[in-house]
Amino acid sequence: MFDIKNLDITGALVLLDSGEITSVGLTQALIDLIKAEDSKYNAYLTLDEEYALAQAAGADAKRAAGETGKLLGIPVAIKDVLNVEGQVCTCGSKILEGYVSPYDATAIAKLRAAGAIFLGRTNMDEFAMGSTTENSAFQVTKNPCNTDYVPGGSSGGSAAAVGAGLAIAALGTDTGGSIRQPACFCGCVGLKPSYGRVSRFGLTAYCSSFDQAGPMTKTVKDAALLLEVMAGVDEYDASSAPVDVPEYTKHLTGDLTGMTIGIPKEYFIDGIDPEVSRTVKAAIDKCAELGAEIKDISLPLTDYAIATYYIIATAEASTNLARFDGVRYGARAEGATDPIDLYKKTKAAGFGEEVKRRIILGTYVLSSGYYDAYYGSAQKARTLIMQEFDKAFEDCDAMITPISPVPGYKIGENENDPLKMYLGDIFTVTANLAGICGLSVPYGKKDDLSIGVQILGPAFKEENILKIGDALERK
Amino acid sequence: MSEEKHNGIDVAYVANLARMSLTEYEIEKFQSQLDQIVGYVEKIGELDLDGVEPSSRMRSLNNVYRKDELRDSLSHDKAMANAPEELNGLFKVPKIVE
Repeated sequence: MFDIKNLDITGALVLLDSGEITSVGLTQALIDLIKAEDSKYNAYLTLDEEYALAQAAGADAKRAAGETGKLLGIPVAIKDVLNVEGQVCTCGSKILEGYVSPYDATAIAKLRAAGAIFLGRTNMDEFAMGSTTENSAFQVTKNPCNTDYVPGGSSGGSAAAVGAGLAIAALGTDTGGSIRQPACFCGCVGLKPSYGRVSRFGLTAYCSSFDQAGPMTKTVKDAALLLEVMAGVDEYDASSAPVDVPEYTKHLTGDLTGMTIGIPKEYFIDGIDPEVSRTVKAAIDKCAELGAEIKDISLPLTDYAIATYYIIATAEASTNLARFDGVRYGARAEGATDPIDLYKKTKAAGFGEEVKRRIILGTYVLSSGYYDAYYGSAQKARTLIMQEFDKAFEDCDAMITPISPVPGYKIGENENDPLKMYLGDIFTVTANLAGICGLSVPYGKKDDLSIGVQILGPAFKEENILKIGDALERK
Repeated sequence: MSEEKHNGIDVAYVANLARMSLTEYEIEKFQSQLDQIVGYVEKIGELDLDGVEPSSRMRSLNNVYRKDELRDSLSHDKAMANAPEELNGLFKVPKIVE
């Protein structure tokens, strides 16, 4: 019998190929495990047993007929913001309760073509707005490392599922750290691809110029494998990049000779938990031991990242979420007297507090008289931040930094202090602002809590950060 | 950022612009929270942004072209499947004109 909780994609493929297990057996075992144990974590919002088992039977038939696929028969948990045709997609919001996706997101279609099984939808902060998954309209997810703590967010359900062993691998999305920070808190690997690396078609939009879908896995190799499948240009997303997709898994050699790793001093500020600092320092030392050159660098605009991020993100959110007006899909408020009244009542009833707060802020920074001072300035500040990263990457192949200043938050700790919560994103939002890639790899512990390190790489150089992450994993 | 001092955010006014009703409780709560957040993000006013190009798009091409040709798209049934109210295959909405 196999140890399902510790099974990764690579291991599962070996068992499937050898005939030791079938995809139906694997999928059923996972469903049974989720039913038995997920009440402790609330990682999943919905399970789709029938759908997944039918897919698994199809995968088994293909394998028996000699067909292959990079993910043939592998169940993957999906954050409830990526559309899977025929499955519910709520985005963690009451306004989309019962919504059934009419089509596959491109990232999902690519996984499907590679043979992946979609067994369930994971919890998230409503419309991906949050850093704790407490903003879900449906349930509070708990951190499998210590259930008094949040799993991080917004992809907290995917992180908890992988961290608890209730998923072999999962997809998340990252707009300001929403893959990397929950991966860090739950002890799994999380990769935010460069902007444009993975198509956003079918990813319900929060902030279109930052959103990226990416893998959340047990190993760096699995993340590399999933990215290989998901990445690439897509005619349905004009912002997807026509850049070749390398075979990322071939770059995982464990040898960092010839690589230069920058350490930006602005990411090592007062107030960081000492155990977080120690963990990052240990990872840097390990990279040096494996042959990398370590170089001190400076990113002075880091201090302006949170302000720039929250202006742009909320501005785009306020326009993207205007579509939830009760006309074409989603919940509709009762008793509206005219269309304007319908929009107002529908949003009032359908959105949660954090979403409303961000819509108000975003509408304000775009409003007449304030546009130039806020949104216009933030777009210019973003240009400077991108340039600063591009220049820094002329002298290094990657950077290593903390992910979160603290190893975790207790459930309820940050209620009613949104600004404090926003400031906790300081080390992750910069990658979204600059459009570069970032990887979160577990590397330490503080009591029960897991601590990860962040590896940042230049745009479309995911192979650099995957190589370093894999080398650290081999410690 | 311009030199003029903003009077700050008027949550009730902005909620109307966003076509979203808020309760009195929400208005009061958001007002103090957003005053604080707006106060914080004003920090970008410290940057010298003269002559800097705004980044309206990220690292991608400026334009992506394709032929203007008819293709298959979502079927009518699928497009209507999530409609909150439907009448004769159309989205039903409250009366717009008298």
